Amino acid sequence: MKLRIHSGRIVDPASSIDKITELCIENGRIVSVGEPPQEFVPEREIDASGLVVCPGLVDLQARMCEPGQEHKGTIKSETAAAAAGGITTLCCPPDTDPVTDTPAVANLIQELAQLAGNAQVLPIGAVTPGLCGEQICEMVILSQAGCVAFSNAERSIINTEVLRRAMEYAASHELTLLLRPQDPWLAANGCAHEGAVSTRLGLPGIPEFAETMEVTRLLTLVEQTGARLHLGPLSTARAVKMIGRAQFDGLPISASVTAHHLHLSEIDISDFNSQCYLHPPLRTQRDQEGLRRGLVRGVIGAICSDHQPHDIDAKLAPFGETEPGASGLETLLPLSLRLVEQGVMELPEVIAALSWHPAKMLGIPAGTLSPGATANICIFDPEHYWTASPETLISHGLNSPVMGWELKGRVTHTLLAGRLVHENNL
Amino acid sequence: MKQYNIQIDENGKLRHFLTTEGLKRQLLVDILDHAENFTSVGNRSVKKIPLLRGNTIANLFFEPSTRTRTTFELAAKRLSADVLNININTSATTKGESLLDMLRNLEAMHCDMFVVRHSQSGAAHFIARHVAPHIRVINAGDGSHAHPTQAMLDMFTIRRHKKEFADLRVAIVGDILHSRVARSQIHALTTLGVHEVRVIGPETLLPREVQNLGVHIYHDLHAGLANVDVIIMLRLQRERMTGALIPSEREYFELYGLTPEKLAFAKPDAIVMHPGPINRGVEISSEVADGPHSVILEQVSNGIAIRMAVMSIIMGNRFGNDEERE
Repeated sequence: MKLRIHSGRIVDPASSIDKITELCIENGRIVSVGEPPQEFVPEREIDASGLVVCPGLVDLQARMCEPGQEHKGTIKSETAAAAAGGITTLCCPPDTDPVTDTPAVANLIQELAQLAGNAQVLPIGAVTPGLCGEQICEMVILSQAGCVAFSNAERSIINTEVLRRAMEYAASHELTLLLRPQDPWLAANGCAHEGAVSTRLGLPGIPEFAETMEVTRLLTLVEQTGARLHLGPLSTARAVKMIGRAQFDGLPISASVTAHHLHLSEIDISDFNSQCYLHPPLRTQRDQEGLRRGLVRGVIGAICSDHQPHDIDAKLAPFGETEPGASGLETLLPLSLRLVEQGVMELPEVIAALSWHPAKMLGIPAGTLSPGATANICIFDPEHYWTASPETLISHGLNSPVMGWELKGRVTHTLLAGRLVHENNL
Repeated sequence: MKQYNIQIDENGKLRHFLTTEGLKRQLLVDILDHAENFTSVGNRSVKKIPLLRGNTIANLFFEPSTRTRTTFELAAKRLSADVLNININTSATTKGESLLDMLRNLEAMHCDMFVVRHSQSGAAHFIARHVAPHIRVINAGDGSHAHPTQAMLDMFTIRRHKKEFADLRVAIVGDILHSRVARSQIHALTTLGVHEVRVIGPETLLPREVQNLGVHIYHDLHAGLANVDVIIMLRLQRERMTGALIPSEREYFELYGLTPEKLAFAKPDAIVMHPGPINRGVEISSEVADGPHSVILEQVSNGIAIRMAVMSIIMGNRFGNDEERE
């Protein structure tokens, strides 16, 4: 199928393109940006006037709950939501059930995604079998089975010797680790940022240094082992500072933040709003500023959704008894575009943080519109206003902390390898 | 989401009583004034007034309690309400029935008011947000968050002894971190406009940024009690020892236990309060607990009057609204 997208503002951070021009696709690949090749006769044309055409978004952390918790979401349902959000590549953490610690599970996830055909799903393998933190997984076999990085999901690898060996092993085979920095002892039982709001509400707190303590331990080991490490999602300004220094010293560290942490803070839980119960917790206004600054300075390279769909009951209980996490695939782009609106970043920078940068961090061949690349493309109307509601969202998880917010910017077309997987005529 | 105070109805009156935070001073004073009228009921030969006749009040206790539950029960009975005591040990809720299902069942039994005690902070807010609109909720203690009727009975006791709040220095001593009573007292005291509220304890038992609640922090009992008019001792749970928060009861008593010698640091007419149940020899010595400065038992009897006041005010507001609607 030959496709021509014309009259749109094409933004491709990888090749520093930002102009109104056209783009041609043939056999699932991009053949040209700008002048079409001679004798190119498109079978279909998309008029993108007034729209932005950019690489399909790459989400570093999104749970689909399959296998294991299909009552919350399935690969089919959540990849459909991803397509509606302009996301064409999703990395899913290994805390599935069974855990993604064998090639069989990694293959299953990819096969189910292929069957659904809405988005590319790349599994993240477990660092330790069963996430128990006692041995290391067959990381090379898992990477041959399609795992793009290795993580221990929400569970910290407490035994520092195991962590050290995992890093050495990953370094010797040039594999990337993706770890969530949180000290398990300091965070035990906590469900909110330890500070003014948790004190008022009487909620057990997770102190800021639960994050920085673990970042210190991980950075020390990276320095020793040379392992490539991605940290995220981050929640504190101080961790951003520490990672910035480590990057300056030349350590192979990258970092990410969720779109929610860029717009919400501890204040948002102040009426026991369980939709704002997230991991890591929403922290202070100052932390939010620090995360934004980190993004602007490039210390944090990627914005992710950290999508966690829940059934309705999971959030219907007293705050501390609810399950953490938010549904975020469909609000990832509009929340990120808010940064442009608020004058924090320019549009191409935001798009880079949603596509080119995260792809580069994990070495995924995606996130660009350069000729020859797979035609994963997101087209959106940057001026379209819409309201997040159960009617407008596709994901099975309606647990969005921004439910009811008026959002600006909506996806009109999503193409996966040249195939239209989502179309919304606004 | 729209931000509003869930405990206030559209006329600015008390709908539920969930926390002392964010309420107007006059509202708290009204509760105290109402309670004043109810104190005599307990001294009559027929200890009943027919204010809430025909109403059903359910005491939902997800956490064991003797004192609070019985005073709520007595208060309801003295107002002639029908009382349903439901003690739910927390394992029963994990048997499959969710909290919401249980509430729906009680609503179907035509209850008018829920008095709720729960181990999770925010449980009373959660229930208030999800009950049918005609049902009123009183928080009888949720996690470490709030225990508003306890705080109000303490305010009542203080007012009876000290008359004016404006000049008072109040010290709250002990485990502030886990105390819902302390939080509710702090909000009530600052709203009623006392001169100073102090919290006294080791850093391990003080919540982070507690000064934001409008209190001064002291780690030393001697310094903290200087010139104080009211001393509120908090109960120290035995399990705090295991969490590395304090080394031993012995050392805690040495530093923060209230003895006659330490009481002498406060003003000569200082009163000593305790929400109970007291640990003699841990946070307070028997000489002080049973001594002339102690008003601990008075607090208990005032508890009934305060709970009668809160129940009658809230139900009165409800009837007012219903009439308007008709």
